[in-house]
Amino acid sequence: MSILRVEGLTKRFRGVTAVDDVSFEVEEGSILGVIGPNGAGKTTVFNLIAGAVAPDAGRTFLEGAEITGKPPHAIAQAGMVRTFQLMRPFYSMSVLDNIAIAVLASRTGHRAPRDRAAEIVHTVGLDVWRDAPTEGLPTAALKRLELARALALQPKVLLLDEVLAGLVPSERAPVMDLLERLRREEGITMVFVEHIMAAVMRLSDSVLVLNLGKVLTAGTPEEVTKDPRVIEAYLGEEPTRADS
Amino acid sequence: MTQTATTDRAASKPLPRKPWNRHLLAIAVLAVLMVPVPLLLPASQQSIAMRVLIFALMSVGWNIMSGFGGMFSFGHASYFGLGAYTSAWLLVESEVSPWIGMAAGVLVASVFAVVSGFLALRYRLKGAYFALATFAFAEMFRLLATNTDLVNRAEGYHVPLKVDESWWWMQFAPTSPNYFWIALALLIAALAISVLFLRSRTGQFALAVRDDQDAAAALGIPVIRYKLLTMALSAAITSVAGAFYVQYYLFIDPDLAFGSAVSIQAILPAVIGGVGTIWGPVLGAVILGPLSDMTATLLRNPPEFLAFLAGRGGLDVMIYGVLLIIIILVLPQGIYSAVRERWFRP
Repeated sequence: MSILRVEGLTKRFRGVTAVDDVSFEVEEGSILGVIGPNGAGKTTVFNLIAGAVAPDAGRTFLEGAEITGKPPHAIAQAGMVRTFQLMRPFYSMSVLDNIAIAVLASRTGHRAPRDRAAEIVHTVGLDVWRDAPTEGLPTAALKRLELARALALQPKVLLLDEVLAGLVPSERAPVMDLLERLRREEGITMVFVEHIMAAVMRLSDSVLVLNLGKVLTAGTPEEVTKDPRVIEAYLGEEPTRADS
Repeated sequence: MTQTATTDRAASKPLPRKPWNRHLLAIAVLAVLMVPVPLLLPASQQSIAMRVLIFALMSVGWNIMSGFGGMFSFGHASYFGLGAYTSAWLLVESEVSPWIGMAAGVLVASVFAVVSGFLALRYRLKGAYFALATFAFAEMFRLLATNTDLVNRAEGYHVPLKVDESWWWMQFAPTSPNYFWIALALLIAALAISVLFLRSRTGQFALAVRDDQDAAAALGIPVIRYKLLTMALSAAITSVAGAFYVQYYLFIDPDLAFGSAVSIQAILPAVIGGVGTIWGPVLGAVILGPLSDMTATLLRNPPEFLAFLAGRGGLDVMIYGVLLIIIILVLPQGIYSAVRERWFRP
């Protein structure tokens, strides 16, 4: 059974239909890549299913239970956790304390949240920055912190909004390794929005292509990148695969 | 999860200690050091010490909502006044002990904080608009009290004097050190509660919500619940200051309880000492208390070159204003933060 099911999701902003009748399903333990040109509605889809924005139509099911219209905190507690494209650390706290907050907020809680947080710091490779204040941290570290906080909640479904954007190629590989390992070892289901095609090709089991708010096509990474409609949506360019 | 050799190395680096126990120790030391103060201080200085304690208590309350909770309140007079009026009304109308009145005031003020806070958050008021809403509520109470027979309109309440000194009625000879000790105990308790709050899950979530409420919600933290809890605690502490104020000065009226000057007195010590720090409000009160007394004395009995000031009100407000400008220009984070940055940088 699919762990996440989205049916006919629609959102209009003052007459502009940002997301138009989008449906998809994600199998448990799989990774779905969401791609599309700028303004295709990718982040809005995330905001809709994570509860940050209420949809005008459509329904979302997590493990078969409807979560449409629930507030963001309830959806996070139900096991679907999102990261933000623009990193949003708790600026008054150290890296460790940021993650400790998430451990405290997790469904299971933890007797020694800071010890658990230190383990997660290590998992995501932030040891160097563990006790540093989050203000002034480099982008690469902040991206990992976003991921670490989400992981601390032990999510069933992870919604990743451009975790690789802003990273130089040498910083991307370890993050991709980490995501693969999390899927393999912890069975976390992931939906990720990404512009970097190399990452999409490598990580995704299936790919959803959005254009102008609609689903353009869906399928395996190979099928999707050969689809002429997809190439056209990217203004006739071959999707970038310069780096890996 | 796979454990590698580096795990052990990372684990061997001890986690940095949290400062909570140090703060609690400092509060205990302060309590002990302050106990003999009323016995050492000349009688003329007692009133200043009392002023400092009451300012500090009000501001410790304000600091919880506005410093740690990040919701700037310009209307803490609501809570102060509700505490003052609840205990005064119970005492005068029904002969209820001020201690019980104080507890009732805490209840009334925190229930009001939750209800008004819910309304403000429901309509998504933020920043300046939130502050204005809190101000409007305080003004509403002031006008309501001024026009309601139930609480003697503009006259307010005089607390009737009992014959004997009594802990139960919180009444002592005017120079009794007991007043100081009660206020000190209340302040120490408020400080300790601040630290315990910050250390708790609730307080940690409140800080997360202050820093970024969308990120907090994305972690499963119910934002509104933690904002309202923070407001309730803040209102409770400031209402205690109000209830004590009535017992000490034996008088309350709508302006003294709900006037905007009261809200400002709750804000200033924290702003001067350091918003969002444990010790900021206390430090600020230690500076403001004597200052407000000095300006009052100066106006009553001005030296010759200031004779033109005789009998004019408002000098204290002017001095507050100037002081505030200087502090914000020179030490924008408040005195406590500046001191900590300079001497206690870890």
